Amino acid sequence: MTSTPDANFTSPQDSRESDLVKQEILQRVARRRRRQYREQTIVTWLLRATAAISVATTLGIVFILVQQSAGFFTEVNVFEFVFGTEWTPLFKPQKFGALPLVGGTLLVAVIAGLVSLTFGLGAAIFLSEYAPEGARKVLKPILEILAGIPTVVYGYFALTFITPILQSIFGADRVIIFNALSAGIVMGLMIMPMVSTLSEDAMVAVPRSLRDAAYALGATRFEVATKVVIPAALSGIVASFILALSRAIGETMIVKIAAGATPNLTLNPLESIQAMTAYIVQVSLGETPQGSIEYRTIFAVGLLLFVMTLAMNILGRWVIARFRQVYE
Amino acid sequence: MSMVSSTPTQRERSHRIRVWRDRIFYALFFLAVVVGIAGLAALLIDVLIDGLPFLDWKFMSSYASRRPLESGILAPMAGTIWVVGLTALFTIPIGVGTAIYLEEFAVKNRLARLIELNISNLAGVPSVIYGLLGLAVFVQFLFNGSRNLTAGALTMTLLILPIVIIASQEAIKAVPSSYRDAAYAMGATRWQVVKTVVMPQAIPGMMSGIILALSRAIGESAPILIISSLVWVTFIPTSPDSKFTVLPLQIFTWVSQPQQDFRSIAAAGIIVLLAILLTMNAAAIWIRSKYQVRAEQ
Repeated sequence: MTSTPDANFTSPQDSRESDLVKQEILQRVARRRRRQYREQTIVTWLLRATAAISVATTLGIVFILVQQSAGFFTEVNVFEFVFGTEWTPLFKPQKFGALPLVGGTLLVAVIAGLVSLTFGLGAAIFLSEYAPEGARKVLKPILEILAGIPTVVYGYFALTFITPILQSIFGADRVIIFNALSAGIVMGLMIMPMVSTLSEDAMVAVPRSLRDAAYALGATRFEVATKVVIPAALSGIVASFILALSRAIGETMIVKIAAGATPNLTLNPLESIQAMTAYIVQVSLGETPQGSIEYRTIFAVGLLLFVMTLAMNILGRWVIARFRQVYE
Repeated sequence: MSMVSSTPTQRERSHRIRVWRDRIFYALFFLAVVVGIAGLAALLIDVLIDGLPFLDWKFMSSYASRRPLESGILAPMAGTIWVVGLTALFTIPIGVGTAIYLEEFAVKNRLARLIELNISNLAGVPSVIYGLLGLAVFVQFLFNGSRNLTAGALTMTLLILPIVIIASQEAIKAVPSSYRDAAYAMGATRWQVVKTVVMPQAIPGMMSGIILALSRAIGESAPILIISSLVWVTFIPTSPDSKFTVLPLQIFTWVSQPQQDFRSIAAAGIIVLLAILLTMNAAAIWIRSKYQVRAEQ
């Protein structure tokens, strides 16, 4: 490069030489550009392939669940599966009515929902409307630790801590060791930060001016919270609740450890039940031969579970999109 | 117009009631927070009281046994380390690649929106369903019935992929677009911009997201339970096609035993599990805060 002459002071001879050098440089640049674009094309395809994996996962889930359940539904009527009230696939006479499993799942989820809505929403209101900034900064992360604790730990907590408390309250003869209430309470504790964080986000998004207007009219904090902030943030609160419920329906280890293994269509939370997820895990742990109808039941139950949680997740997002108040 | 016709004493009373109502609900809302924190405290104290007496070096270095007091977590610890290592190996390129593609390469059209919608839906799929997917695709189809480490790690990869993708996207979005514009103005290709400008800025954020996602994989038991279905493991896995168990699965096995001693060592196992998760979360927070300080300077 040292031979490249300065552009401003060139004799005719030099200029011809410099043209050659320029050409050489331009060619090199062009070659390098081509190499860069080739590299970019390859990288783009690689990245596209990685993005395709997440799409393939969804398709894989749907395909596997449908394909494996198809074998099940050739032998069992879909109607009998969804509305049948007896679930005894593992012993004769086999009955394939999934309602006891669905009922057990929903019983635990409703208890969890009540617990998480009561305390999660209360906590959200406190953090967003009452707590000074310093307290909020400390309390919120502590609450969110709850969401990071492994579910097997919650199962342990339900079985060894909550259940004995329930037994001492309601009497050991009335509370079965494995019961829906204990699992539901602990699951409510688990999803509480989900409700409180998402609700609080929705409440914080309500503009300051709306609150100020209410305060200027002499409203108390409670009145501002319940009459201004909550109505304005309702879509976010409802959505947080739906998403948390969907999480509760799909939860496995708490119900497996603490709620029992008795498919039982009941509304009594002190009884033992079996949730859909707990059934799937129970069969997976056993020695069920692959391809048998007992084995296929877990995919049929899995399909039902997938449809339920997907519907709730879509509903949750729809509520946010449909009813969100947009403020300037 | 009741306000006008009300006497000053009536107004005074109604005001007092409203103020008291506000105070009572202040207490109730605060109580909600307290209940959450008390629940957390009760859980931790319960576990510590039950488990601490059983937590010693022998517990860390022994295999599971039918006699609870001779049992240890050597095999599940080794299994957990294997699973996390393999999961990280699979997840990082796929997750980061997808995030880069969506943020930097994809045209923001309907397809890209569909992929993003798909990812957020995947994040809401119950973990047990991933177990079924792994059982059918990896165990039975790919490995011909072998319930090995790779099948477990691949399943975990699919499970935490949405978290890694979303966290990586956030990290990429946080890089100021002026940096990109400067590089483009100098004639850089898209890939050069990503490689030399976006990635160095986004890596700390991505790392903290990846660590959090991996800690989720460590605590997750339902899919591994379906994939491994082994409950008493008395060997250390030596290769990616070994059979295996993991810490939460071992804890589950012990909790399911009726004897109190087994529950106690389950609690000891929980302490180890929580200590690992706490360390990882602290690391993630440390990386994030260190990075934020640098960005502000």
